[in-house]
Amino acid sequence: MKKRTKMIWNIGLIAALLGLLFLLEQVVPSSSMLFMVLKKGAIYALVAVSMNLLNGFTGLFSLGQAGFMLLGAYTYAILTIPAESRASVYQYFDGGIVQFSIPVPLALIAGGLVAAVFAYLIGLPVLRLKSDYLAIATLGFAEIIRAVFQWDKLGPLTNGSNLLRSFPTFQSVLYPFLVAGICIGLIVLLINSTYGRAFKAIRDDEIAAEAMGINLAHHKRLAFVISSFFAGISGGLLAMYQTTIQASMFKSAMTYEILLIVVIGGIGSITGSCIGSFLFIACSEWWLRFLDNENLYIGDFHLTLLRPGFRKVVFSIIIMVIVLFYRKGIMGDREFSVEAVRRFFLKRFKKKQTAEGGASNE
Amino acid sequence: MDWITKNLPYLMAGISVGGQYALIAIGYTMVYGILRLINFAHGDIFMVAGLIMVYAVTVMPMPLAILLVIVATVALGFLVERAAYKPLRSAPRMSVMISAIGVSYLLQNLALYITGGLSQQYPAIPWLSDTVTILGATTKRVTLVTPVLTVVLVVVLVLLIKYTKIGMAMRAASRDFETSQLMGIKINSVISMTFVIGSFLAAIGSMLYFTNYTGVTPTAGAMPGLKAFVAAVFGGIGSIPGAVIGAFIIGICENIIKGLGWTTFSDAFTFALLIVILIAKPTGLFGEKAIDKV
Amino acid sequence: MSKENVLKVENVTMQFGGVIAVDNLNLEVNKGEIVSLIGPNGAGKTTAFNVITGVYAPSNGAVYYKGNKIIQNHPQGKMKKLYRGENPVMYTGHKVLAPTPDKITALGIARTFQNIRLFKSQTVFENILIAKHLRRTSNVFTATFRLNAKEEARMRAEAEELLKIVDLTDVRDELATSLPYGKQRHLEIARALATQPELLLLDEPAAGMNPQETLELTEFIGRIRDEFGLTIFMIEHHMDLVMEISDRIYVLDFGKTIAEGNPEEIRSNPRVIEAYLGGAQDE
Repeated sequence: MKKRTKMIWNIGLIAALLGLLFLLEQVVPSSSMLFMVLKKGAIYALVAVSMNLLNGFTGLFSLGQAGFMLLGAYTYAILTIPAESRASVYQYFDGGIVQFSIPVPLALIAGGLVAAVFAYLIGLPVLRLKSDYLAIATLGFAEIIRAVFQWDKLGPLTNGSNLLRSFPTFQSVLYPFLVAGICIGLIVLLINSTYGRAFKAIRDDEIAAEAMGINLAHHKRLAFVISSFFAGISGGLLAMYQTTIQASMFKSAMTYEILLIVVIGGIGSITGSCIGSFLFIACSEWWLRFLDNENLYIGDFHLTLLRPGFRKVVFSIIIMVIVLFYRKGIMGDREFSVEAVRRFFLKRFKKKQTAEGGASNE
Repeated sequence: MDWITKNLPYLMAGISVGGQYALIAIGYTMVYGILRLINFAHGDIFMVAGLIMVYAVTVMPMPLAILLVIVATVALGFLVERAAYKPLRSAPRMSVMISAIGVSYLLQNLALYITGGLSQQYPAIPWLSDTVTILGATTKRVTLVTPVLTVVLVVVLVLLIKYTKIGMAMRAASRDFETSQLMGIKINSVISMTFVIGSFLAAIGSMLYFTNYTGVTPTAGAMPGLKAFVAAVFGGIGSIPGAVIGAFIIGICENIIKGLGWTTFSDAFTFALLIVILIAKPTGLFGEKAIDKV
Repeated sequence: MSKENVLKVENVTMQFGGVIAVDNLNLEVNKGEIVSLIGPNGAGKTTAFNVITGVYAPSNGAVYYKGNKIIQNHPQGKMKKLYRGENPVMYTGHKVLAPTPDKITALGIARTFQNIRLFKSQTVFENILIAKHLRRTSNVFTATFRLNAKEEARMRAEAEELLKIVDLTDVRDELATSLPYGKQRHLEIARALATQPELLLLDEPAAGMNPQETLELTEFIGRIRDEFGLTIFMIEHHMDLVMEISDRIYVLDFGKTIAEGNPEEIRSNPRVIEAYLGGAQDE
């Protein structure tokens, strides 16, 4: 009974959220910054959750996320550019070697699969490494993948260091929300399954986990492959959002940003990663924009510090403050749920009960 | 003879770049030896040293500017350690590493703000930037100076670590952090000293490195930083001679690859090398093996 | 005496660099027995455990479980030159068997740790539930899509059952590490039992316990042996516990077995008294 109530609440919340987004799209002009933040936020939420699955839940400090996003994005783009546009996209490579295109959902999944296959191959050797060595090795792999995709000889497939464009994109903000939502839902189901428990055991104590019969190599590889699969899908979504892609976008700086999102949200918290992602994107793309404005006055006082780039400085200082003083991030390793909110309010006002739980779900 | 004149520039460039990587790599290897931390910000400190030079020469004569670069870089390294790493001394290693990534992000964004994102012309340091000709190949004098200066500095450093009290304390701390603390070693001053030495060498390295290239950009430190780290791992992390040898090997290989016309892969090669080492011999050329206790 | 042999350690030597931690160890544990391994600190007891459970591959020697050879190695690589133990060539040419610890656990050998290793971010219940993962039949897809609901329910029920046996039901949802020391030891044993072992290795189960707790533990070990049909092999320093509960005892000193026998024999063995009990027989 209890479980069912919880599920109804969750489904209701998700439906309400989607409804709200739909309404917003009807009311607010589509050029608004809000939609940009929401779309990019949803995509980053997915990749942040996928990174959290590794770093937060399995205890594998991997910094290869940008590389797997690149694989997903390229696979998506290569497989979906319409045949008639190929000649102009691949103008230096005689129209490229791929001469067919497949439906968008299939291409997204293919992007995930390609990333997963690469993760499997990379994982065979590197997953034996410990903490920071693993981090630097995965970072290295991401850089190698980036270099390979810029290679002229692969041009007929990857268009070398030129842009890929003309592939199908999305208009509605609902699209990334639905895709990312389904993927995150799957990750949550995985984490709460017996495999998720095994992952957490590995994170807590590898030696004890192994002594309890958990095959370290197998489970680490599993987490790595699954995480990369979803990073690949988010790469495909990112391609759709950006409308053009280029290998040089997927630098290690991108991985660092995702890592910082995970840290801000709380390592080991799925909802934390989601909240962190929207906050991060909103701050860096929207709310702090005014800091880049050179001609901002308070009364007659000219704020001389403000000019392009100041936003990012302020932003990185905020991040350092979080890293140093709020090490657990926004959520720590807790999760946001109706249940948690209800308990929170039960503690605060013992008498008013259920009504409050619903009112505070924004 | 023809072959030599054709390939000598690459070889010389390789040795020179190797020396510059070596100076950065020492900062990584010493910090990792004691704190077990990949100091992601080290490459950016190196970049900041380059920027300081750019701005310093506009207001003061060159010798003063050189002095300022060294002092300011050392101060920055010291400050970063105190502000971003010291508060996390008892935290899990992952938190410290994230903090290092945060500092790197901050320094890059600061540089972006100050430079406006434009590549800044690095001033020509007299004598160092003069062109010389050897065996028919023309190059800047810095190419010849770098390996010599690197070797001299490394020898001095090794002697310092071997024979001075603080050097002994460093060796003790990298051997066993907790025990050396119990033995009365002032661990914080040892760590600060490590960062001071690392930043000092990075400052020297930046002067040599940027003299060869024309501009300093906010991300100019990231790649040399990563490569220097790879050199440190290659040589066996914690070992100074190892880092230096590793750096020379990487510098030379990288330039040979460029000479063969595979420029796209010169960065990728470094990482491929790193992964091969980590898998085949995780302790590097001169590193020591550690056993986990159950 | 022909009993069914559960564990047999044969000529096992474990050498780290130049240090010989375990030197030509031979021992047997028969079905249903409680056998103790005692010896002064640093005698190589935990190392012997780590060899049996696959944490270390021995430098030389073999281990049998229920008559099947599960571990075997001989000096190779650098160890070939360094090796100073006995029987260096005895196993040369034989196949190297070095399964990882999880494979050993899957065979039916479970262990606890000297310095408790619970999953620290998990609750008491989850600690036991995690160990149930070993005997799963679901794969990652069926588990994610909840097609294994029956198995999941069974795992949970069995974990609850074990909680009851170690009497920790009332602290079910507390963090494992928030429990008092003695209860953490009980939880670790329960977690090991959740892997459904036939042979249980206990590494100093009574370490840090007061006499009252030790007494309870003695009774508890005997009880689970009977209830689960276990064979128990343990390292222990509390002589009261060892003498009370053991069917047989092996004494290790400087990596070598210096005595074996039942508690009476060990108590009166002069070599043991000299090496281990020293003058303080009242320990």
